[in-house]
Amino acid sequence: MALTIIDACVNCWACEPLCPQQAIHAAKPHFYIDATQCSECSGDFADPQCASICPVEGAIVDAAGIALNPPGSLTGITPERMAALQLKRHAPTPLHVIE
Amino acid sequence: MAITVLNQGGKTALTGCAASSCGSSADALAQLPAALRAKINNHPCFSEDAHHHYARMHVAVAPACNIQCHYCNRKYDCSNESRPGVVSEVLTPDQAVKKTLAVAAAIPQMTVLGIAGPGDPLANPARTFETFRQLTAKAPDIKLCVSTNGLALPEVIDELCQHNIEHVTITINCVDPDIGAQIYPWIFWNHRRIKGRKAAEILIAQQQKGLELLVAQGILVKVNSVLIPGINDEHLKEVSRIVKAKGAFLHNVMPLISEPEHGTFYGLTGQRGPTSAELQTLQDACAGDMRMMRHCRQCRADAVGMLGEDRGQEFTLDKIEQLDVDYAAAMVQRAKVHAAIEAKRAAPAPITPTAPLVTLNPQFRTSRPVLMAVASGGGGLVNQHFGEANEFLIYEASSRGVRLVGARTAGRYCHGPAQCDDSSAQRFAKILRVLAGCEVVLCAKIGYEPWQQLEAAGIIPNSEHALESIETAVAAVYQELSANGRFSAAAVATQRRSA
Ligand code: SF4
Ligand code: SF4
Ligand code: SF4
Repeated sequence: MALTIIDACVNCWACEPLCPQQAIHAAKPHFYIDATQCSECSGDFADPQCASICPVEGAIVDAAGIALNPPGSLTGITPERMAALQLKRHAPTPLHVIE
Repeated sequence: MAITVLNQGGKTALTGCAASSCGSSADALAQLPAALRAKINNHPCFSEDAHHHYARMHVAVAPACNIQCHYCNRKYDCSNESRPGVVSEVLTPDQAVKKTLAVAAAIPQMTVLGIAGPGDPLANPARTFETFRQLTAKAPDIKLCVSTNGLALPEVIDELCQHNIEHVTITINCVDPDIGAQIYPWIFWNHRRIKGRKAAEILIAQQQKGLELLVAQGILVKVNSVLIPGINDEHLKEVSRIVKAKGAFLHNVMPLISEPEHGTFYGLTGQRGPTSAELQTLQDACAGDMRMMRHCRQCRADAVGMLGEDRGQEFTLDKIEQLDVDYAAAMVQRAKVHAAIEAKRAAPAPITPTAPLVTLNPQFRTSRPVLMAVASGGGGLVNQHFGEANEFLIYEASSRGVRLVGARTAGRYCHGPAQCDDSSAQRFAKILRVLAGCEVVLCAKIGYEPWQQLEAAGIIPNSEHALESIETAVAAVYQELSANGRFSAAAVATQRRSA
């Protein structure tokens, strides 16, 4: 039973000090959970601490590879809307009104 | 604002300085209690006068954050490191202390050390307080300050008060949880992630409690707010009223920066930032009792040196590791430099009586106020190259004189978000937005290409007043504009047509 940090991680450090098992390490290219140390917080907290503070959707996955924070769960932007927004990003929309 | 003649602490300034930037913030300070005034007096971020003489630095020891703001992408380590908003190295407390002592020994004017990120300092209590503990013990002549989103504030106030802390900045964007829910998607609280209105409710309660407790302890509190058009713009007036009533000495309104390439929620969803005019209107509304000093910088989180100037490259970690700083000796040297600065500041200001502009030139009676942007690296002088200016001081010249109305920057505003790479065209577009409403740009030097681009945008570039005092230069340019007939009926008509 262990969680894994994958490459969506932005190395923000938020998870590292919270881990009750000191399983999280600052590493390159991104933070890393030592699977032998991670307990998924069972016995310590109701929710896995790293996944409860991680700001990036999809950065932490369980043993089955399922994201603890799936797309849309943190930003409120559904995957469909995100795809549409990404497309729009490349269209020339004025962001600021210049007087 | 009426231009007042001030008499502050035995320093007699006649109209020459009273009409200047130094005058306007000293005027603001005059309304504060003496104890507060003394605290602000040497603080380069708050005192317009002090920032000519003293400097601050930030150390990046606090990477983690316990909330999410819709204007932050949390990727502070951007590939290109030389631009504002990018914190290149997260330091351990030991490294941060070493760096601070090295800088303080090399730059005696450095009197303030801040921790402002790259995350939330109070969400990294072990790292932040270890840094403060060591510095309070080793360098009692350095004041400490901290910026926070406020969530963890009430719980750490006792610890904060044990250090040499002089002020705390809290970013408060709202006092209404329904508005908060549109700014903060979630917080991390009591070992859980809390989302939506509930999250905003807790955050707001913590911020307000923190503000009250700090004021009760006699610690200066500055409040920052990010102006998000359509979300908290009108609401910020109420925020301002409440935080001032609770004792915040300064309320600083900053523009939302939401370029889509930063990948923030607001950037992606097309939430725009305010125009310069919107920002100024709100700053005017929140200024109220003149306590707000707008020259407050949105500075780079690991900047070193005099405000507005960036000497960070001189103090990279590998250079500092090699230094062995004798801080006791440095402190003696620093005390001497501080005494010399104080002697200089206490000396009567040179009396350069400038008659009110209106009597110099009767034509000014029909003139209107003109905004001018000034590229200045400090010292109250027009002394920066246009291309190097990341920030412009905005002065208003009118028949009543010259006054500083604010500082605008193309850079960052909080301790988290990184700015991403801009092409030069994007950068120029950004600068034009920053200069909106200004008719003249004063700088020490300017290249041919930007000169033409500015002119094409209807802004007059001017580098004829390099190294002159800003107020004198702005006044001179205003007189030139008038002499050239800029305010004549015909010119006004042309401008209307072209507008
Ligand atoms: S789930 Fe808990 S134990 Fe495992 S890495 Fe995350 S914080 Fe540590
Ligand atoms: S909190 Fe998430 S993004 Fe931040 S370091 Fe941990 S895994 Fe990476
Ligand atoms: S802007 Fe500051 S407080 Fe907000 S999420 Fe980013 S680091 Fe945290």
